[in-house]
Amino acid sequence: MQRIINDPDNVVDDAIKGYLRASPSLFVATDHPRVLKYPDSPSDKVGIVTGGGSGHEPAFLGYIGEGMCDAVAIGEIFSSPTADAFLEAFRAAPHEQGVACLYGNYAGDNMNVKMAKQMAEMEDIEVKTVIARDDVASAPAAERDKRRGVAGEVMMWKIGGAAAARGDSLDEVIRLAQKAVDACSSIGVGLSSCTIPANGKPNFSIEPGHMELGIGHHGEPGIEVAPLTSAEAIATAMCDPVLADQDFAGSEVAVLISGLGATPVMELNILYAHIAERLEGADIRVHRTDIGNYFTSLEMMGATLTLMKLDDELKPLLDAPARSLAITQR
Amino acid sequence: MQVLDATQGRDILEELVEVIVDNRQYLSDVDGAIGDGDHGINMAKGFRLCGESVAGQSLSLSKALGTLATTLMGSIGGSMGPLYGSLFMGMAKSVKDKNVLDAKDFGDMLADGREALEQISDAKVGDKCLLDTLIPAIKRYRDAVEAGDDFPHALQALRNGAQQGRDSTLDLEAKIGRAARLGERSCGHLDAGAVSCCLLLTRLADSTERRLEKAAA
Repeated sequence: MQRIINDPDNVVDDAIKGYLRASPSLFVATDHPRVLKYPDSPSDKVGIVTGGGSGHEPAFLGYIGEGMCDAVAIGEIFSSPTADAFLEAFRAAPHEQGVACLYGNYAGDNMNVKMAKQMAEMEDIEVKTVIARDDVASAPAAERDKRRGVAGEVMMWKIGGAAAARGDSLDEVIRLAQKAVDACSSIGVGLSSCTIPANGKPNFSIEPGHMELGIGHHGEPGIEVAPLTSAEAIATAMCDPVLADQDFAGSEVAVLISGLGATPVMELNILYAHIAERLEGADIRVHRTDIGNYFTSLEMMGATLTLMKLDDELKPLLDAPARSLAITQR
Repeated sequence: MQVLDATQGRDILEELVEVIVDNRQYLSDVDGAIGDGDHGINMAKGFRLCGESVAGQSLSLSKALGTLATTLMGSIGGSMGPLYGSLFMGMAKSVKDKNVLDAKDFGDMLADGREALEQISDAKVGDKCLLDTLIPAIKRYRDAVEAGDDFPHALQALRNGAQQGRDSTLDLEAKIGRAARLGERSCGHLDAGAVSCCLLLTRLADSTERRLEKAAA
């Protein structure tokens, strides 16, 4: 393992120390060592909380800030935060107007959020949830409730965060965050495995010269393993299932291309050039494109494509100002 | 009729802690074959913390199980924290007002634990998970009690059911958890959660049986 770490069992806590030191205007510690909050959230707005396993940086903590989420629960690598951590995040976020907990569809997260929500009820904190299910490769559209949440979560946080920042009610924030993630279709392609430091060996394997289309953020199985081809062919393989998932033709979209951790950003742009061509050919207008490492899987090689169908309601929220580690815009 | 004194529960709890801590490496090795390889590390961390927090205290069985539940939920995270946490919380609530447990009460305690677990998870028998051990073990126990077996014989049925349940995961294809990635390749390996559940139920039966024997002596 070629890693910059101390004790492999302490990587999450050690990383939190770094984030706190590097960005004191974005992160402040709370009563729980695995919960961080944005220090300047107004107390009279709906709180936005997210959380999930570590190893996906800048997710999840990189999405707290102004016009974004207010507090984050941080789990071990690829493992859900505890119910206690989610509960403390609900307390740390503004909660007088209620809390919207926006997270991804994974068994551990579902259970821990559910328990934290029950505990919050005992403290009269109202919590409602939106669970991202945007990974088209993880289940067919008819079984959308089984789909995993991937980079579409970024769109959900942006829309939900912007709605809360302008003063929307809890129900309205929930409706819009749900609408945002329902408008997203995502797919990933993996070119290599990744290693959790405490395990010391790769989590799974992708043979050299191969790629796995539809791979999940923790190496969950994809649609097919195929020989690694050109960026152009990869773009086609990713666009096909995404474009088949929703009727995007004639509409405006936002495109998010995220690296999985070890793929150079240059290659993400090579990939995007082909995706953009394909979208143009399909009569899809691109309103905005974001390319970078937005939602990673440790040092996995590969990328995800997220396409979000826009309308007059979502567009201004997507373009609203934000300041966070991962997204800052005026 | 033989009954278990439920006013004292720390010794049973300490035995559960012991069996998990002693099997830390074994559980991680089982998990490593098809999962993350961290099952033993996480379970031992949670159980050890619980053991430390109750050291020297006098606790009812309900309090002891409740402490285990909250420690696991607060320290493990992932899926195992809430699954085992709700199992033990359901058991703790079931025996909250009881000073003694007869064979039927003991079965109700297990069933209430199972019910609490099922409220937070959609997992079921056949998914290659801890329920593959838990559900048949509880069923075998309650069937034995219903058939008129005494407490120790019912506990033997619990052990048998747990072991058979654990072994049933060997040939199953994982439907949930990280092992689901491997599909057919997950066959031929035990599920780590099913193994830890078997260790816990077996030790719970052993510990309970020793207490019954002591009370009879």
